[in-house]
Amino acid sequence: MTMATVTAQKIAMKHGAGGRSMRRLIEKVFLNGMTGPAAAMDDGAVIPFGEQFLIFTTDSHVIHPLVFPGGDIGWLSVAGTVNDLAMMGATEPLGLTCGMVVEEGFSIEDLSRIQNSIRAACADAGTAIVAGDTKVMRRGEVDGLIINTSGIGIAPRVVRDSGLRPGDQIIVTGTIGDHGMAVMAARHGFAFGVPLRSDVAPLNGLIRAVLDAAGGSVTAMKDPTRGGVASALHEMAGKSGVGIVIDESLLPVRPAVRAAADVLGIDPLLIANEGKALIGVEPGATGIVLEALRSHPHGRDAAVIGRCVEESPGSILLDTGFGQRLLSEPDGELLPRIC
Amino acid sequence: MSDAGVLELKFRDTARAAQLSAALARTVQEIGRAPVSVMHVCGSHEQAIARFGLRTNFPRDLDVIMGPGCPVCITDQPEVDEAVALARQGIRIATYGDMVRVPGSAASLADAQADGARVDVVYSIDQAIALARESDEPFVFFGTGFETTAVATAAAILAGVPPNFSVLSAHKYIPPVMEIVAEMPDSRIEGFVAAGHAATITGWGVFEAFVRRHGIPVVVAGFEPLDILAALARLVELIRDRQATVENMFPRCVTRAGNVVAQRQLWEVFAPIGGRWRGIAHIPNGNLRLRDDWAHVDARRRFSIDLHALWDSAPSLLAQQCVCGDIMSGLKNPSECALFGAECIPDSPVGACMVSSEGTCRIWHEYGIARRSA
Repeated sequence: MTMATVTAQKIAMKHGAGGRSMRRLIEKVFLNGMTGPAAAMDDGAVIPFGEQFLIFTTDSHVIHPLVFPGGDIGWLSVAGTVNDLAMMGATEPLGLTCGMVVEEGFSIEDLSRIQNSIRAACADAGTAIVAGDTKVMRRGEVDGLIINTSGIGIAPRVVRDSGLRPGDQIIVTGTIGDHGMAVMAARHGFAFGVPLRSDVAPLNGLIRAVLDAAGGSVTAMKDPTRGGVASALHEMAGKSGVGIVIDESLLPVRPAVRAAADVLGIDPLLIANEGKALIGVEPGATGIVLEALRSHPHGRDAAVIGRCVEESPGSILLDTGFGQRLLSEPDGELLPRIC
Repeated sequence: MSDAGVLELKFRDTARAAQLSAALARTVQEIGRAPVSVMHVCGSHEQAIARFGLRTNFPRDLDVIMGPGCPVCITDQPEVDEAVALARQGIRIATYGDMVRVPGSAASLADAQADGARVDVVYSIDQAIALARESDEPFVFFGTGFETTAVATAAAILAGVPPNFSVLSAHKYIPPVMEIVAEMPDSRIEGFVAAGHAATITGWGVFEAFVRRHGIPVVVAGFEPLDILAALARLVELIRDRQATVENMFPRCVTRAGNVVAQRQLWEVFAPIGGRWRGIAHIPNGNLRLRDDWAHVDARRRFSIDLHALWDSAPSLLAQQCVCGDIMSGLKNPSECALFGAECIPDSPVGACMVSSEGTCRIWHEYGIARRSA
């Protein structure tokens, strides 16, 4: 038995990092042969409801630091769940539940501030917390605060992350890497001279605008959170059975994020986003979708970044302008290089 | 997208890259034999080559080999074992990211961490010192990397560290290993690309004696795609013209003398000693150890490190098939390893080259290089 197999018998941080290891853990331990709505491993469960569909999803939020430039764990916990619903086509969340696990000694003032963020984010998304739960754990048993939210919404038509077809265009709704880079800079005290801000935001309004404009032509959607655009593209390509070719020069990346990523040796494609979506669109509808996105404040930097092909299903080919390479499925946590 | 004040990088002009690629192809053709083999000795160069997909446009007859340039990969197993033993003895360890996952002879720091040891990933020694200041418990910085990071370690020690802080040095010095690789009987290397950031410190003058001794040209290169293409284009010209000289193609950062202050700090704190580089060879003067003046911050002298507990397990059969050493010496490439992409993947690495983001195998695997050529 190799050392690595011994290591793999315990949960490591990579099992929660949104990449290959997490997917394998879910497949092997949690699904373990199970069928039904969860087996699709999409952003939420699809439950038939008359002529329409109930979308149901849940997400636990841990982040260090709890408050970061551009948002806090309150905004994150609402946006995360609202966005998972929106990615499935449910842009009117009926309500959210909110469970909080708080560490003994946590400041009530900070908690109130986070609660205000939750309320503001709910107002932004046009929804509300409709049930909640609070637990307190002894000092050291939890790192500050964990928030779980669940959400429910109705989708007239379900959009999956597996619906891409050869010829479809891939659109990203705005600049990538903002959230992960802002959090990484805040966590480690990096200063790059230019402020970095998380993009955390509920996207249901933006997605509603897209679906209203060209709903029938949207073939797949996914929000590129942990694992970044690379991880989301892999999941979409793998489930859809298509290859994806990305033109790196078309990726919208803020200069400050690109500079910080270069310094740390991290590819912006691997960095988490909390206010962006990847949208697969039939080629004829690209213009309408881009127009709908760009007229919304969260979609101003939307861009076509690539296209789906029949060849090499499940792989992502990146054209860098200097050559081509395969974009691999990320795994583990992002670590800056040594030199 | 309008962050004023941040300039777009100007070393990513694709039209200029196409011109350089054409020049590179022309010169390789003029040399008229195949393959022309050159070696770079830096994980960051391989990263850039892979990240920008440069290999897809290299001339077919040019072999660009990554040598022993990954600081994580060449850290020897006994050095990892020392860190693991200290961690298991209850001492807090801080180190750079990938070092946590590198297998020692029996376990990695990640294994020790899963068993309850306290291991922190830091981005600089200063961050480790700040962590150490938060308590009185013994705290060891496992310092790895070449002269680039060794200088940072030296400067921090000279500036003064808290009494509970010590350094376990696995730092390495690049110039001596180039000698060893050039002298290997099977070596096909006709020219070296030297790492621009290391040369920023050592100066390009450090390679002059090497070039005289071995008659092999050295070109110092930066890390943008155009830097690398320009350096390779110049290196094959030197090979074509049988001109064994040092050329500095990274003049915006590198001078002949280098950073003299940093060099003084480096040698004030460290002494070069011979030691093994994992999988390669014993490298005379290749390891950097703390001088006697700094015994009070040297973890090896402050703690008795008990390695016996780690010696029970023999290396696995798989590990014995690993050819990381040959890969780092430029004798093989990852697709010539039977384990590559099968038993040895980033999830369950057999050799250190698959662990580090600067390891040849990891880079080739992550950027799908072998899958395409297979």
